[in-house]
Amino acid sequence: MLKYILKRLAFMIPMLIGITIICFAVMHLAPGSPTDLQTQMNPRASAELKERLRAMYDLDKPLYVQYGLWLKRLAVLDLGKSFAPDRRPVAKKIGERLPVTITLNILSLFLILVTAIPLGILSAVHQDSWFDMAVSVFVFVGFAVPTFWLALLLMIFFGVDLGWLPISGLRSLNHEYLPPGAAFWDLVKHLILPVGISAFGGLAGLSRYMRANMLEVIRQDYIMTARAKGLSEFRVIYKHALRNALLPVITILGLSIPGLIGGSVIFETIFAIPGMGQLFYMSVMARDYPTIMGILFIGAVLTLFGNLLADVAYAVADPRIRVT
Amino acid sequence: MGREFWPRLAANRMAVTGGAIVGLLFCFSLLAPWLAPYDPLAINLQEILAPPSWRHWCGTDQLGRDVLSRMIWGAGISLKVGFVATGIAVVIGTLLGALAGYYGGWWDAVIMRLVDVMLCFPTFFLILAVIAFLEPSIWNIMIIIGVTGWMGITRLVRADFLSLKEREFVTAARIMGAGDARIIFRHILPNAMTSILVAATLGVAGAILTESALSFLGIGVQPPTPSWGNILTAGKDNIDIAWWLSLYPGLAILITVLGYNLLGEGIRDALDPRLRGGRQK
Repeated sequence: MLKYILKRLAFMIPMLIGITIICFAVMHLAPGSPTDLQTQMNPRASAELKERLRAMYDLDKPLYVQYGLWLKRLAVLDLGKSFAPDRRPVAKKIGERLPVTITLNILSLFLILVTAIPLGILSAVHQDSWFDMAVSVFVFVGFAVPTFWLALLLMIFFGVDLGWLPISGLRSLNHEYLPPGAAFWDLVKHLILPVGISAFGGLAGLSRYMRANMLEVIRQDYIMTARAKGLSEFRVIYKHALRNALLPVITILGLSIPGLIGGSVIFETIFAIPGMGQLFYMSVMARDYPTIMGILFIGAVLTLFGNLLADVAYAVADPRIRVT
Repeated sequence: MGREFWPRLAANRMAVTGGAIVGLLFCFSLLAPWLAPYDPLAINLQEILAPPSWRHWCGTDQLGRDVLSRMIWGAGISLKVGFVATGIAVVIGTLLGALAGYYGGWWDAVIMRLVDVMLCFPTFFLILAVIAFLEPSIWNIMIIIGVTGWMGITRLVRADFLSLKEREFVTAARIMGAGDARIIFRHILPNAMTSILVAATLGVAGAILTESALSFLGIGVQPPTPSWGNILTAGKDNIDIAWWLSLYPGLAILITVLGYNLLGEGIRDALDPRLRGGRQK
C-alpha cells in the first residue's frame, strides 16, 4: 500500500510540471501585460518606465527563464509577491482564504453525500415508482439549473422577501459582540444558502450515478443468493448491495473536486465570501499574474491530492482491486 | 446511425420534448427581429425598472429596456456560443481521440497524459484566467470554452477507435490499399458518430451554462449586447427591487439546457440502449 502511494506521489510531479507549464504558457502568451493596467491610466508613464516595470517583474526575460525562476521559488514554497497594491506574498494571501473555501466545499460535499445516496438507493429499489420518476425529474432539472440563478432566487426569497437569511459575507457586522452561541448561529445562517446551493449543483449527478450503480448491483447473482437464503429485504439492500454500490462513488467524489473548486468562484462572488474563489476573481480582474498562477497551481494540487485520496480509499475499501 | 434512426427517435419521449424545445429556440433566434416587441437596445428613461405588465411582459431593466425583447435576442447569442464552442471541442476532441486510438503507442501516451493534465484544472478557473487576459468578447468566449472542453470527447473517440480498429472491415479496407487517413475518416469515424453526437448535444448545454455564468460575472458577452447571463447581472445589482430581472432569464437558461440534455439523452437511448444510465461528466 505504502509503495502504491509513493508511486502515485512520484507520478504527480510530472503532472504538476505539465500543469504549471500550461498555466504559464496560457497567461504569458495572451496579449497584454500586467503592467498595462498600472501604466495605461497614467499619461506620464513613459516607455522607459514601462520597460523598468517589466524588468522589475522579470517580464522582459524569455518565457523559459521566467518559468525557471518561478519553479525555483516554488521549491522553497514561495509563490512570489502579488502584483496588487498590497504587494503581499501570494502564499500568504492564498493561505488566509484557502480554509474558507475548503470548509465550504467539505460541508457541501457532506450535504451531497447524505442526500444523494439515499435518493439514489430509494429510486433504484423502487424502480419506476412515482418516487423514482420524481427523482428523475429532479435530476434533469438539477443538471439544467444555472446554480448562480438559483442562488439569486433564493437570495430574493429568503434574504429580501422573508428576511430570514443574510445574503452576503460570513459574519454579521455585530458578530464580535455576540455571545458564543449566537455567534455560531450567525455563522450557520450565513452558510445555509451558499452551502445548500453549491451542494444542489452536485446532487443531481451523484444521485443518478448512485441509482445506476444500485440497479446494476441488485441484478448480481450474489444478491439473489442473499435473497434465496431468506435474508430480509432490508439486509439484502443495505448490507449486501449497498457496500458494492457505494464503491464507485468514492471515485466520483474525487473527480468532482475540480468542479467544486471552480464553482467556488461563482458562489464566493455572489455571496461575497472571502475565499479563494473570490480572490481568484479579483486577481483575474487586476491581472495579478503571481496570484493567478498560485491559485491555479493550488487548485491543481488539490485536485491531484483529491484523486489520490479517492484511489487510496477505493483500494482500502475494495480488496478486489488492491494494487501493488 | 442506421435506417431506423428517425422512427426510433420519434418514439422517444425525451428526444421529442428536447427536440421541440431546441426547435422553438431556433425559431426564436431566427425570428428575433420580428418577434421582439421592442428594440432590445432602446433605452427608455421613463420606464426604468418597471415590473411586468401588459406593455412589458417581463418588465424593464435599469435603463428601461424591455426585458422580453432582450431575452429573445439573447436566445440567438446562447445558440451561437453553444454551437461554435461545442464545434471547436468536437473537432479537437475527435482528432486527438482518433490519433490516440488509431496509432496507439507514443501518440496515445502523449495525448492521454495531456487529457489527464487538462482534467486536473478547475476548468472554470482556467477559462476565467484566459478570458480576463483576452478582451472579453463573444468570439473569445466561444474559443476558450471549446478549447477547454474537448477532453471527454477525446476519451470517447479513443475508446471507440480502440475497439473498432480491430474489426474485420478495417482490415478489409487496409488490404484493399486504403491509407490511414481514409481508414480513420471514411471507415472508422462514421461508426463512432453516435457517441460523438450525444456528447456534442450535451456539450452544447454545458457551453450555454458556462457562457451564462461568465456573462453573469461580467466577463462574458458584454453589454449592451443582450445575453441571458448579463441580464442576470442586472438582476443581482437590483436584487432587492426587481425580481423579474432575476427570474425570467434564468428560467430561459434552465429550459434551454433542459432541452439539449433531453435531446442528447433521447438520442443516446434511441441509438444505443446499451449506453443507457451513467453519464460522462
